[in-house]
Amino acid sequence: MWNKRRDEDVAPRPPAAAAPPAMDVSREPASAPASTAKPSAAEAMRGVAAIGKSVIIKGQILSREDLYLDGEMEGTVEVPEHRLTIGPHAKLQASIRAREVVVLGCVNGNVEASDKIDIRKDARLTGDIKTGGIIIEDGAYFKGSIDIVRAAADAAKHAARPLQPQPQAQPVAVTATPVLSGDKR
Amino acid sequence: MFNDRWKLPRAGFGSSRGAVFSPPAIDAAGRSSNSGGNVYSRHSHGLEQFFNHIEDRSGLQLLDFSGVSQANVGFITSLGCKLYSDDLIQSLDLAFGGGDIYENQSQPERIDTFLNQNLNFPENHFDGVLLWDVPGFLAPPLLKAAVDRLRRMVRPGSYLMAMFHAEDRASQVPVYSYRISDAKTLLLSPRGSRKPAQFFNNRAVENLFQGFESVKFFLTRDSLREVIVKR
Repeated sequence: MWNKRRDEDVAPRPPAAAAPPAMDVSREPASAPASTAKPSAAEAMRGVAAIGKSVIIKGQILSREDLYLDGEMEGTVEVPEHRLTIGPHAKLQASIRAREVVVLGCVNGNVEASDKIDIRKDARLTGDIKTGGIIIEDGAYFKGSIDIVRAAADAAKHAARPLQPQPQAQPVAVTATPVLSGDKR
Repeated sequence: MFNDRWKLPRAGFGSSRGAVFSPPAIDAAGRSSNSGGNVYSRHSHGLEQFFNHIEDRSGLQLLDFSGVSQANVGFITSLGCKLYSDDLIQSLDLAFGGGDIYENQSQPERIDTFLNQNLNFPENHFDGVLLWDVPGFLAPPLLKAAVDRLRRMVRPGSYLMAMFHAEDRASQVPVYSYRISDAKTLLLSPRGSRKPAQFFNNRAVENLFQGFESVKFFLTRDSLREVIVKR
């Protein structure tokens, strides 16, 4: 009987129940409200810089890696080549420039997202948006202008595919051996 | 009889996350009996006429007072237009809440604050305005000031689209989020009901927009009359 209980306690417990390190606690909310995807593991793998909900910053942030921002911020945030996630507890009075922006919290300021911006349910954004693409969930609040810049979106897509084969190399491989052409995965 | 009004939205613009697309039970006046969130489809001649003037003219600036939605943003930006979006009903509650909202809308200083916070744009800035049914929720002093401000904000020759509830003396009218499915179809998403500030017959609508060039009415089969106003 005792043995059974021990088995039950151990078996169904998900790995997330284990005490996470301090940084992971602040990262988790970024993915939790996101409706279906489970980016927490993926984000942890990629290494996301995180600013927790009790942090207040006045000034400028420049990040060269993905950034998760859940605190209060006044100034400018630049994440030119990566993703900026504004957490559900965040209160930003800032102008923002990033490749990709995900908004879950409260932002007051202009946003420039060269690739796309994703405004999630319960997010509040007041300001002008300039972006290549936009996703708005039902329940989000937005007040401001939206300017879709198609060229910027195309450029961002091309920049995101640097590993494509060189235009010259591909025809050579195809003409030389047909086997190689089927092999270009 | 009403079956021709229930159309499934196209996969493209009307596919905002979480929306439920099923025809609601409606009463004879065309109202949804379920204010819990069923989205229904409605043919709109006013919208069709509005976008006829926008077609093939990219780079225009449109103002949408229905509150942001994926459908409206997707449709309007796909035309190559720049969109300014605001939920004016929510802004009204923020600006005039605390007491009788319509009494508060008669106070000159609060009217000025509201206009400066929500309708503060340069002259001739917009090429079209989607007002929807917002005028029915503005008390006369605020409405007059807002229409004067709108007249300054839109370019001569551009259009406004507005809707007016037709049920006289109804104590509550439904409030919708208006989502554009295509150039002639709207998806109406109920978001409760509220007491209207005033009702408009055709003459009252003409008087309201007397500073504009023309007012065109569209007959509808439900309780929302559509109006296109040319600046």
